[in-house]
Amino acid sequence: MDFKSSDTIPGPRAEDHLPHTATAAVKIVIVGGFGVGKTTMVGSVSEIRPLTTEETMTQAGIGVDDNYGSETKTATTVAMDFGRISITEQLVLYLFGTPGQERFWFLWNGLFEGALGAVVLVDTRRLEVSFDVIGRLEERGVPFVVAVNDFPDAPRYPMDDLRAALDLSEEIPMVKCDARRRASSRDVLMTLMRFLHSIAMAST
Amino acid sequence: MSPPQRRRRFPKAPPQEKPAPPPAAEGEGGQGRTRDLERLYVVTGQADGADRAELDLVTLIVACADAPPSAQPEQSALLRLCQAPMSVAEVSAYLNLPFSVVTVLLTELLTAELVQARVPIVRSELPDRSLLEAVMHGLQKL
Repeated sequence: MDFKSSDTIPGPRAEDHLPHTATAAVKIVIVGGFGVGKTTMVGSVSEIRPLTTEETMTQAGIGVDDNYGSETKTATTVAMDFGRISITEQLVLYLFGTPGQERFWFLWNGLFEGALGAVVLVDTRRLEVSFDVIGRLEERGVPFVVAVNDFPDAPRYPMDDLRAALDLSEEIPMVKCDARRRASSRDVLMTLMRFLHSIAMAST
Repeated sequence: MSPPQRRRRFPKAPPQEKPAPPPAAEGEGGQGRTRDLERLYVVTGQADGADRAELDLVTLIVACADAPPSAQPEQSALLRLCQAPMSVAEVSAYLNLPFSVVTVLLTELLTAELVQARVPIVRSELPDRSLLEAVMHGLQKL
């Protein structure tokens, strides 16, 4: 491991430190396929400059006899961008998004399990890049909302058509957004929180 | 012009009882059996994860002592970063180390009682309404 001298490690800026009162954190994951604006959304609402964490995944084929037990495993580094929003003096919200490689996210243990929920960001120019990730959320039972990132040159479909194309059940909220704008991204997160709240209310 | 069409999927029964390998090849459903050839499993970091502390990306870590002279440079750096509470994800980012490596470092520091871990709130079967309301309230102030 090439660990640099500890003197050179860029730590957080003074204003990036959490208060000592911070005792708890929650997370939301932003998903949606390559290039739909996830990192942009993280950056637009984060109080810190977005950071990147990574994990090394070793993958190996199962059921491929030729490879079994031999040294053919390949390591894949999965990078994940994240930002942070201080909710109260005690509570912190983290937002995770990533430039790509989403199939590997689902192998990152605990990423989705511990999350409050997910935002699926879609680009109507390439709606299909979000299909797989939506399916994976459905299979995992992770609650999510869909945010349509409104690129200027993207085709405009009526929301009902998009809902049908994405085959979303009627209770899943859909909103338009501009991931570059803080207020708009904030509204997407609020939509998710209201949805989670309605689920919580319904189950009591 | 109509958009491309997706087909809905449904919750799968969670994988039962097999402790390792962890969730192998989630989400291959609906794509046919041939996908099994591509089935993946994951070994994070060092081979033996059994003794590792239960740490989430958003577990907040706080140093409760200065680094002893015997500490490795990574550990000293970690202890300095965590003078104020810091999530494991942030520690990983600032130290430029993979998450699993950070959890190994932290496990040692937790055992030595040099750091404390503030347990993250995870989504349980029944989300805590007051927690959700607190988050909503905080977002409204943005």
